[in-house]
Amino acid sequence: MSDVIHDRFTPLQRVLHWVMAICILAMLFIGVGMVSTVMPKHLTLVSIHKPLGIAILVLALVRLGVRARYGTPPLPYDLPEPMRLAAVLSHWVLYALMIAMPLIGWGMLSAARYPVVLFDGVHLPSILPLSDSLHTALWNAHRALALVFFALILLHLAAALFHALVRRDGVFQAMAGGSPPKVQIAPAE
Amino acid sequence: MPPRQSAPSRPVAVSLLVIALVVGGVAAAFAYTAGWLSPERLTPDRIVDAFSPPGKEPLGHRRNHAKGICFTGVFEANGEGAALSKARVFAKGQYPVLGRFNFGTTDPAASDVTARVKGLAISITTPDGQEWRSGMIQLPVFPVSTVQGFYDLLVASGSKDPGAMPAFVAKHPEIAPVGEWMKTAPWTASYADVRYNGLNAFLFTDSSGADHAVRWSMLPAQQPTDVPADDLAKRDPNFLEQDLQERVAAGPLHWTMSVMVANPGDPTADPSKAWPDDRKTIDVGTLTVQNVQAEANGPCRDINYDPTVLPGGIRTSDDPFPAARSSAYAVSYDRRTAEAGDYPRTTTGATP
Repeated sequence: MSDVIHDRFTPLQRVLHWVMAICILAMLFIGVGMVSTVMPKHLTLVSIHKPLGIAILVLALVRLGVRARYGTPPLPYDLPEPMRLAAVLSHWVLYALMIAMPLIGWGMLSAARYPVVLFDGVHLPSILPLSDSLHTALWNAHRALALVFFALILLHLAAALFHALVRRDGVFQAMAGGSPPKVQIAPAE
Repeated sequence: MPPRQSAPSRPVAVSLLVIALVVGGVAAAFAYTAGWLSPERLTPDRIVDAFSPPGKEPLGHRRNHAKGICFTGVFEANGEGAALSKARVFAKGQYPVLGRFNFGTTDPAASDVTARVKGLAISITTPDGQEWRSGMIQLPVFPVSTVQGFYDLLVASGSKDPGAMPAFVAKHPEIAPVGEWMKTAPWTASYADVRYNGLNAFLFTDSSGADHAVRWSMLPAQQPTDVPADDLAKRDPNFLEQDLQERVAAGPLHWTMSVMVANPGDPTADPSKAWPDDRKTIDVGTLTVQNVQAEANGPCRDINYDPTVLPGGIRTSDDPFPAARSSAYAVSYDRRTAEAGDYPRTTTGATP
């Protein structure tokens, strides 16, 4: 980790965050959309869902590496302890989901002996044996965790906006850019 | 806590309202996309639900064509198909096949005597790791033009209202050829002597990149054994499976895969419309059925014969049915694999 304490994420981290934000949100919408339609767009959505999931897996691993290298800006010193705990925990759960969801999806397809097609003629190897019980467990997990993932993203969004609009403590700007609001620190007493 | 701001530019309540609107808006968009706000949307689950009345689902089994028997064999490509598609499966050679004979029923215990519309599903794998899955049936054309029409047909045929089917037929005149077929086509006493038709149009892409709209069929080498329906009724409930086992024990069975190429303007998007007989057809190879396995322990059991599992060189056309079949088959697969306990694997199969 870098010894220097920054009040912003590095530009690389910010790019990764926002690219992944778009990918993951799109992924979740595509996921619930593709299983609820019989129209030809079902196939289009499925064909995006698989390569996009693998892209998110790769990006998440890159992102963790970048985080290990550059660290994160500190949370505001005055952030109440429950919020601090929620922030730390929810971020690690988000990272875990970014990695677990594509692997579960890949495993689920493998356990059903579906070819995991990324592009026309390019497919991934099977990572699990054919198994109805594995397929069922992974499919249930994939669906349930997708909803957990989306709920956490809503919470993340709400918290980010709370930092931006209510607390105005610079946490939002650390990722979004722009100038953090002038913070008036009370003189030490 | 130190004061954060000298003077907030807006009341906290307004900020909280903004946050609630943004988060609520995203959540609402998600709910809409998932169909939770649109109960009238035709979903794969609704299609699968329509096959069986509540409580009558064939637990552990496919929701349609629920009774079947597995086979293994080979597809021997003669190389002629390479003119239409660059898919490896059309290059001269032999490729393993894992398939399933079946008939249209939602009851896995249905007597074979009731088998009016038989089916053949195949998965062909090639050394490049690609796979081609296809489900074909005995009907000459599909009963309806649209996926919504198919759902309406399921609802009408499952309805207790005696007027439901006549009303459906009046609204869907395209069903007439299938109605005629059901009345007049000879009943056959074997899976082996049946022509199986893919019905849906797909696009073959050749090595120059040109697309060809096609439909394919499997033409039996076995001579037909038409029998009066009354004679069939006296047969064993599993006579189709026994017949297949006896035939295969005596020697392999063969079908020729015939590909029909559409002319410009032929109705590729409507599987209820036949293409004229004079269209170019190319025999691309021979399917050989070598071994038969009972489904409960057989290799076809856990395969979803999703017709959109296609190798490079074959893709879906503007025919809307393969997408609908893919989405509904996945639901059927998810349900039956979760119910595997209701369909034990330990049955003593009638493997020859």
